[in-house]
Amino acid sequence: MQGLRQKFSTLLTLSWRNLWRNHRRTYIMLGAIAVGVWAMIFMTALMRGMVDDMLNQGIRNLPGHIQIQHPEFLDDPSVVNSMPEPDGELLAALNQPGVKRWASRIRVPAVIASERESRGINLLGVEPAAETDISGVPAQVSEGRFLESKQDKGVVIGAKLAQRLETRLGKRVVVMSQDPDNNLSERGFRIVGIYRAEMPGLEEFNVYAARDTLQQLLRIEGRVSQVIVVDEDYRDIESLYRSLQKATPDTLGIKPWYEIDGYLAAMFNMMDGFVLVWVVIIFLALSFGLVNTLVMAVFERVREIGLIQALGMRPRLIVYQILLESLLLLLIGLAIGNALAIATVKPLEGGLDISIVAEGMAMMGASSMLYPKLTLHDLLLANSVVIILGILTSILPAWRAARLDPVRALNTT
Amino acid sequence: MSAIHCHQLCKTFRQGDEIITGLDHVDISIEAGEFVCLSGPSGSGKTTLLNAIGGLDTPDSGEIRMGDIRIDQLERGPLADMRLHHIGFVFQAYNLIPVLSAEENVEFVMQVQGIPAAERRRKARDILREVGLEGMEDRRPAQLSGGQQQRVAVARAIVSQPDLVLADEPTANLDSVASTHLMGLFSELNEHHKITFVIATHDKRVMSYARRLIKMQDGKIISDEAQ
Repeated sequence: MQGLRQKFSTLLTLSWRNLWRNHRRTYIMLGAIAVGVWAMIFMTALMRGMVDDMLNQGIRNLPGHIQIQHPEFLDDPSVVNSMPEPDGELLAALNQPGVKRWASRIRVPAVIASERESRGINLLGVEPAAETDISGVPAQVSEGRFLESKQDKGVVIGAKLAQRLETRLGKRVVVMSQDPDNNLSERGFRIVGIYRAEMPGLEEFNVYAARDTLQQLLRIEGRVSQVIVVDEDYRDIESLYRSLQKATPDTLGIKPWYEIDGYLAAMFNMMDGFVLVWVVIIFLALSFGLVNTLVMAVFERVREIGLIQALGMRPRLIVYQILLESLLLLLIGLAIGNALAIATVKPLEGGLDISIVAEGMAMMGASSMLYPKLTLHDLLLANSVVIILGILTSILPAWRAARLDPVRALNTT
Repeated sequence: MSAIHCHQLCKTFRQGDEIITGLDHVDISIEAGEFVCLSGPSGSGKTTLLNAIGGLDTPDSGEIRMGDIRIDQLERGPLADMRLHHIGFVFQAYNLIPVLSAEENVEFVMQVQGIPAAERRRKARDILREVGLEGMEDRRPAQLSGGQQQRVAVARAIVSQPDLVLADEPTANLDSVASTHLMGLFSELNEHHKITFVIATHDKRVMSYARRLIKMQDGKIISDEAQ
C-alpha cells in the first residue's frame, strides 16, 4: 500500500509538472476543453429546456398528464362519446392528496360565426378554476377576462381567431354544434376575453366556454367529454396512473400522456440519446486537440522517457503517467467548463426571449420563451463522456511512450 | 546478486543497407566490487556492451547473467524491476529529469521502489551532501552546472545501494576539475560502499582510476588487464 502511494505520488508529481512545461500549449488546450465542455453543457441545457417546454406545451394541449374518457372518444371526439361526471370510487381516487388538479371538460367540434366570417373550432367547456393548471390559458388572456364560473355565459377566443372572424372583445358570436341526437345546437355568446397562446397555432382553434353552459347547449347535463388529471411532474405519474386505473370503471378508458401522444413520448425517450450524441460529437472535435497535445508532449520528451525507463520505471507506469497527465488536463478543463456553463445558464433560467423566431418554434411545438434547464444528470453525462473518452483517446500516445526503445530514446537528439 | 557473466554476446545493427557489428562474440566476467573501465575508440562496442549488461538493449545471441538471472531473457517489466533494484546508470548527458529538483531526482528511484518519504528524504540529503551538493537540493537541473548535474546523477545512481553502476562516458561533458572530482567520488564509493563500477570511456584520466581495463575494438575485447 505504501509502495503504491509512493508510486502514485511520483506519477502525480511528474504529470503535474510536465503539464506546465509548455504553458502556452497547456493553456490553449485547457481553453479548448473548457469551451467544448461549456458548449456541451450550455447547448444541452438549451435543448433540454426546449424539449421540456415542447413536452409541457404538448401535454397542456392534450391536455393533462392523464385522461379518462369514453373508450372511443380519442378516435371520435364527438358529443356521442361522452361519459358521466365522475362519482363513487373514481371521484374518491381523483380527490386523493397525490392529485395536483383534476377537472372534467367538454370538447366537441363546432363552428363559430361572427357577423362577417365563420370557422371550424374545438369548443371546450371547462371548469375555469382548474384551467390555470390544466391548459394555462387564463394567464394568456391579453384582453378582457377569462371565464369566471362553470355557468359563465361568455366565450374566450384566441387573438388569431378574432382576426379571422373580423371580430373583437365584447362582440357577439354564434357557436353551433350537434347534440347527441344529431340535432343542431346553437347559441350566441359574447366574447369576454381574447388570449394569445404561447403557440400561436392554438389561437385559431381552441374556444373556451363554461362547462355547465355547454352541457345545457349540447343537452348533455351530467355528462362530460373527459376528465383531465394533472400531477406535479409529467415524468413521474406512474403511481398516480396506476391508482386511478384501478378506480376507473371498465366502461371508460384511461390513458397517460405518453400513450395519448406517441410523438411526445418518442421525443421524451429520445432526449437522452440526443444529449449523448451531441456530447460525443463535441468531444470528437476536442479529442483531436487532446491527442495532438499528448503526442507532442511525448515527442518532446522521448529522451526523458528513455531515461526513466533506464532508471527502472515499468512500461505500465509510463502509460499511467501519460494518462494521469491527460486526466489532470481534462479535470482542470472540466472544472473551468462546468463553472462557465453554470455561470451562463443560471442567469438565463428565468427565460430567454426568442420571440424573433417564435413562428419557427411554434411549428416545433415550443413557445417563444426558452427556459434553459441545467440538470445534474446532464452535467454528470457530459463530465463522464469527457473523462472516459478523453482517457480512451489518450491510451494510444501513452502506449507509444511506454513502447519506446530505451536505447533509441536516450540517443534521440 | 553480484557477478556479471557475459558469454558469446553478439549484436549487430542495420544502418541503411550496411550491417554494423556492435558486439562480436564477447565473453566477460565482472566480479562484485570491481572497478572496471571499458575503453576503445568510438564504435568499438563499449556502449553496446554497457547497454546489454544494463538490460537496455537485447543481444542477438549469447547470454548475460547477473547472479542467477538471465538478463537477456527477461521481459520488459521484470527487466525494468531489475534495473530499478540492482543497477544504477550514469549517462554522458541528459541524465536528469528536468521538471524535478536535484533532491527529487535523487529520490526518484527510491520513490518508484516505494521507500517511505522520510527515509527517502534523509538518504537523498545525505548522498547529496556526500557528492558535495549540500544547499543545492531544491535547484532544478537547468540551474546546475554540467558537473553538478553529473554529481546529482551519480547520487541518484548510488543512493539505493545498487549492486552495479554503469557509467557511459560520464566525464565527456565535464572540465578536468569536475572530471577529477567525479572520478574521485566513484573510487571512494567503490572502496567504501563496495559498489561495482563499469565505466565506458576513452578518457585516459578516467582509465587511470580503474583497477581493471578492458579494451575493445570492432565489437571485440582485445585486451583485459588488471592495473
